[in-house]
Amino acid sequence: MTTSPDIIRPYGDTTGDGMVQVSFTLPIPHDKRAEGAALQLAAKMGLAPALLVHAKAIGPDFTFFVVYGSVTHLVDLSEVEVIEREFPLLSAKEVNAAIKKRLRRKLVIVGACIGTDAHTVGIDAILNIKGFAGEKGLEYYSELKVVNGGAQVLVPELVALARSEKADAVLVSQVVTQRDAHIHNTMTMSAAFREAYPAGQVPLLVVGGPRFEQGSAGKLGVDRIFGKGTTPGEVASYLVHAITERERA
Amino acid sequence: MSAVRPAKPKLELDPIVIRKARSLARKAGAPVVKLARTHTTVSVERAVLRLAGLSGADHERVPWVNHLVTAVRDEVGLEHGVTTPVFDALRRGEAPDLLTLAQKSAAGSVSFRLPQGRGLIAAQSLAMRSVKPGMARIDKNRATRDRLIKRHGDPLQRPWIYLIVATGDIYEDIPQAQTAAREGADVIAVIRSTGQSLLDYVPEGATREGYAGTYATKENFRLMRAALDDVSKELGRYIRLVNYASGLCMPEIAALAGLERLDMMLNDSMYGILFRDINPIRTFVDQRFSRQIHARAGIIINTGEDNYLTTADAIEAAHTVTVSQLMNEYFAKEAGLQDWQLGLGHAFEINPDIRDSFRMELAHAMLARQLFPKAPLKWMPPTKHMTGDVFRGYLLDGFFNLVGAMTGQDILLVGMMTEAVVTPFLSDRDLALQNVHYVINAAGGLAEDFHPPRDGFIQTRARLVLSEAVELLEKIVNDTGQSGTVPLLQAIGDGTFGLMKRPADAGKGLDGVVKRAPGYDNPATTLLESSLLEST
Repeated sequence: MTTSPDIIRPYGDTTGDGMVQVSFTLPIPHDKRAEGAALQLAAKMGLAPALLVHAKAIGPDFTFFVVYGSVTHLVDLSEVEVIEREFPLLSAKEVNAAIKKRLRRKLVIVGACIGTDAHTVGIDAILNIKGFAGEKGLEYYSELKVVNGGAQVLVPELVALARSEKADAVLVSQVVTQRDAHIHNTMTMSAAFREAYPAGQVPLLVVGGPRFEQGSAGKLGVDRIFGKGTTPGEVASYLVHAITERERA
Repeated sequence: MSAVRPAKPKLELDPIVIRKARSLARKAGAPVVKLARTHTTVSVERAVLRLAGLSGADHERVPWVNHLVTAVRDEVGLEHGVTTPVFDALRRGEAPDLLTLAQKSAAGSVSFRLPQGRGLIAAQSLAMRSVKPGMARIDKNRATRDRLIKRHGDPLQRPWIYLIVATGDIYEDIPQAQTAAREGADVIAVIRSTGQSLLDYVPEGATREGYAGTYATKENFRLMRAALDDVSKELGRYIRLVNYASGLCMPEIAALAGLERLDMMLNDSMYGILFRDINPIRTFVDQRFSRQIHARAGIIINTGEDNYLTTADAIEAAHTVTVSQLMNEYFAKEAGLQDWQLGLGHAFEINPDIRDSFRMELAHAMLARQLFPKAPLKWMPPTKHMTGDVFRGYLLDGFFNLVGAMTGQDILLVGMMTEAVVTPFLSDRDLALQNVHYVINAAGGLAEDFHPPRDGFIQTRARLVLSEAVELLEKIVNDTGQSGTVPLLQAIGDGTFGLMKRPADAGKGLDGVVKRAPGYDNPATTLLESSLLEST
């Protein structure tokens, strides 16, 4: 009986050869010393033997290298830990298909900056079709209806907007904040929604901003917090996940 | 010394269809121009004050031009233009100069009025005298650019090689830009900080922090232009500088670009509306004024058609690029820009897994080349189908470069294999430039040999895209809701362009739009439009 081994090495063209290729740049002029430096780095990275296959000057002060070699390190599969986010990351197509299937209508999102914060850069990066980090914003998704309330929206206005649009989710951004205004604003907002809607029918409340503490969603009375660098795809994937969970509950 | 332009590709398009496309674009655009002539915006008025020499910001970094325009608007409105009440206040001795007036107005200690009779004439004439030096500086910069190009020379090859720097810190950008020029870049673009297009003011001073880009400010413009002048001298080749006008402050950024001798500006007629949800009327008013300034400054505009292809399927949406190019051409020429200033955009964004994707890219690129034979077309690299597999991406960029070389494109934005992965490493940029140089060197002359066969795949595809563009233009022109509406605005409101509905009475910056009163005066517009008359 054969079981797959727990210990493996990279595969070049033969099992167990451990071959990898790396490329990097060192901030020194191209000469014999630079090539020696590249081999030293390769050795420290665990490449033995290392083969310097390419070295090229990039201007007078830099050299680019390509190195092939066998790594001495072993991979122990039994020690690999997989940390999963609570929801799978979906493509725009998958998001649209999932909404079509579960809701049979568009998912309605109302977004805004609340309080005195006039910095819409966060909410716009998530909502505007232009998007962020190479990903299109939520407006791009055919099964999402996006209503962008803009900046400095008062909490009662936001609740009214969410009601009139029959929002499934409310996205609130808090970028610039002083004396924990982002926490105060968020708690006011979540309380207002709980007051205005019957229990169990409050839209998903999602807040985003660089200053929120991860894991404080419960304390703030919202469903999810997103931090700096969040992409529209993550938000869309989360919404699909959360709507599905709600339906199950 | 002059670059040999490759022979024109032969697509055998029907000249009647081309004429029809242009006349439809004119028909769609003309009512919008009328709208632009009868409105002003806070950003147009702030741009005029900038031309009159007002700069700087308060301790909270709110620019003085914003303070002054707000103060005038609150007291007498902007219907007559900001300059008349402002220069009337200076004449009445409310303050010795514009800066002091702006500072006092921020504190609420100036009263503005609309002068009548002789006071009106005197205020307007003082306004004109005050704006003229700004305009003269723009003219002088244009002459300086011409002189430097004569001295250092243009790039030896076409397309010009366009590279991006974006560190967020102008003092990091400068050595990177200089290195890029030494490695072969002819055009350097400094990407703006994420979201600057939605700021309703222009930040001040040299900036060292930005997200995924560096703020467009007057001082950053000046610093970078000076650094590129140094490297131009060193390399014996005039290195052009690009920044971005599109957004809520198009007029002001255009003014600053003219004042600091930038060479190219991203300026699209509809980008802000469709992709940034900026109010349509705000955009068209701002766009016209900003383009009038670019025209005067001798700046080449770059339009943003790549956005249509990254947000929709690049085959299905191919004709929206053509429509946008035709609209951009119409609006640009109406604003006084010449053919050589129209860097109309298009991009290599067809899914590479689709059969004949390269042939279609060739067809689309040739169509643009042939429709706009005198325009310096800007060819933009794949982004949507760059997956993180940098090796595959490098090959895709090679094919992108090949289309650029074969179809005689003029400005080639260098594709990076790290697209959608990280900001490019020094080595990634070097590899990308090797890719471009190899292809231009090996295959640049193919434009001369390559004639797609009559009625073959490429000719047929190009004709189809052109006919779809004509259909879409017809749909736009006929999109009349209630009588008296502007069909193009109606079409934008109906979501005719791509995915978004953008009604004319919504969107960012709407509250900054003001209908002009009969006595509206704007000395900058007067100067810009008179120079237009002289040149025609």
